[in-house]
Amino acid sequence: MTDVTAPSMQLTPVEPLRAAPSLVARMLATPALVIGLSLIGIVAIMAFAAPLLSPYDPYDQDLTRRLVPPVWYAKGSWNHILGTDNLGRDYLSRVIYGARISLLIGVAVMIISGIIGTTLGLVAGYFGGRVDMVVNFIITARLAMPVVLVALAVVAVVGGSLIVVILTLGLLKWDRFAVVMRSATQQVRTLDYVTAAEAAGASRTRVIVGEILPNVLPHLIVVATVEAGSAILLEAALSFLGLGVQPPLPSWGLMIAEAKSFMFFSFWLIAIPGTALALLVLGINLAGDGLRDVLAPEGRA
Amino acid sequence: MLIFALKRLAVAILVALFVSAVAFTALRLSGDPALAIAGEGARAADIELVRKTYGLDRPLAVQYFSWLSTVASGDFGESLYFKTSVTALIAAKLPTTFIVGALAIVFALALAIPLGVLAAVYQGSIIDRFALAVAVAGQALPNFFFALVLMMIFSIQLRWLPVSGSDTWAHFVMPVIALGYFVTPPLMRLVRAGMIEVLGADYIRTARAKGLSTASVIFKHGLRNALVPVVALAAVQLGILLGGSIVIETIFALDGLGYLAYQSITHKDFPVTQAVLLLLSLIYVLLTLCADLLNAFLDPRLRVAA
Repeated sequence: MTDVTAPSMQLTPVEPLRAAPSLVARMLATPALVIGLSLIGIVAIMAFAAPLLSPYDPYDQDLTRRLVPPVWYAKGSWNHILGTDNLGRDYLSRVIYGARISLLIGVAVMIISGIIGTTLGLVAGYFGGRVDMVVNFIITARLAMPVVLVALAVVAVVGGSLIVVILTLGLLKWDRFAVVMRSATQQVRTLDYVTAAEAAGASRTRVIVGEILPNVLPHLIVVATVEAGSAILLEAALSFLGLGVQPPLPSWGLMIAEAKSFMFFSFWLIAIPGTALALLVLGINLAGDGLRDVLAPEGRA
Repeated sequence: MLIFALKRLAVAILVALFVSAVAFTALRLSGDPALAIAGEGARAADIELVRKTYGLDRPLAVQYFSWLSTVASGDFGESLYFKTSVTALIAAKLPTTFIVGALAIVFALALAIPLGVLAAVYQGSIIDRFALAVAVAGQALPNFFFALVLMMIFSIQLRWLPVSGSDTWAHFVMPVIALGYFVTPPLMRLVRAGMIEVLGADYIRTARAKGLSTASVIFKHGLRNALVPVVALAAVQLGILLGGSIVIETIFALDGLGYLAYQSITHKDFPVTQAVLLLLSLIYVLLTLCADLLNAFLDPRLRVAA
């Protein structure tokens, strides 16, 4: 019986046909993406499980325990791992709850500005001509107005709250979506499958949503991550200037503003939320860079 | 080239007019100017009189054009908080912001060009990774947090620099670094990408084949060509940086346009806010116009695209 198999043993071994590495495999081979997603994941866990993770209520004041330093200082204690602020609120709990605000801002602003910008970009890129001219003009006019100044003025007039900040930034920050979607659509527009869909009698909406949008999606995802990071930084800057999210909400930018008068002796009050912000935005930017490499390698700068 | 320049100029003027219309409408939406002029507790008849005297009873479009003509002649009205002419107020603050902005761009280029060139020449090396890390960190750090860290290190710990104010050159050091670092990443990425592309071009191979030294190839033949788009981007970044100066000037209490804008917003001094918005937009439009024209002048292919 063993002889039967013998001839096949002499055949030169053939390399088995390998499928191209899967998307997940390619993602795992991109260190920037793995680190970025891990950082975002940590912040997301903080945001979702905030009540379970925080040792105290983030709004509970204890004026007998004000400005307790974090545990790694000589005067620190394990009761308040990251210390307390000037009102005796547990800093770790506030940092954990602050993750909710930053993530909410990032996601909500990304969705609002993404819808506006993508619609403008798709329409301009697909129809071209006059439509393109008008959209291009709107983009240029929007870019001419400094975001920080306009956002500060709007919040000052309307009044600061989470929803006002989200809407203001969402209505202001669509420019990069529009610019990138416009040029991506222009590239895809003349390709054969779009012409084929048009020849087959598909409606314009059907062509834009069904044929073009899926093919410019990689660019959209990359812009969306970058813009979410930038929205988080902007909210922090607005709240830092007192014209964003209002106290006692634990926004990381607001926490830095509240700590500013104590920076001489209690710099950790600034360093902790600042580091949290930087790590979250770093994670988002790394994930964006990594996604660009995985999804749209031809568009690398 | 002339047609291209004229087209771009027309768009720039239209954008400036559009922004001025937005600024005008926004000011009107923020409150009744007649009420502000008449003062609090004014009688209805007085308010009506003010409305007539200042022409506030005319249609909004008519008011806009008469406002536009006064603005065009350099008259932005009276500041509600500082009680002086807005134009004089802005003229006093503008130099500080321009000096800081220009120095910040110089700082950013001084950081971006060497790092970008080194990263491109030694692509994939430790230097390349370091340059990338500088860029990635620069984009993730909130600029106000970075400014506070600088303040902590150089003013409080080392006591080298004053915390805030704008009296001496030492007051400008930290704002320039904080603003400049903020715009370095996109410039550095562009220098690196441009250098990589240029170093792969045929004329570089020719220059090498002629036996020119590596330094001569990189700097005389490579960098000169890679820098063209960088100069244009720097112009655009200068506009963005002037917008960012609001946060940085406020932190360092630097007496420039950005701090004035912040003060005007917190005091609801909208004539000043409006003037600063218009001015910053105009500067941005001019800078992008210069960048476009420069790019088109140096690369004729771009003229067709418009």
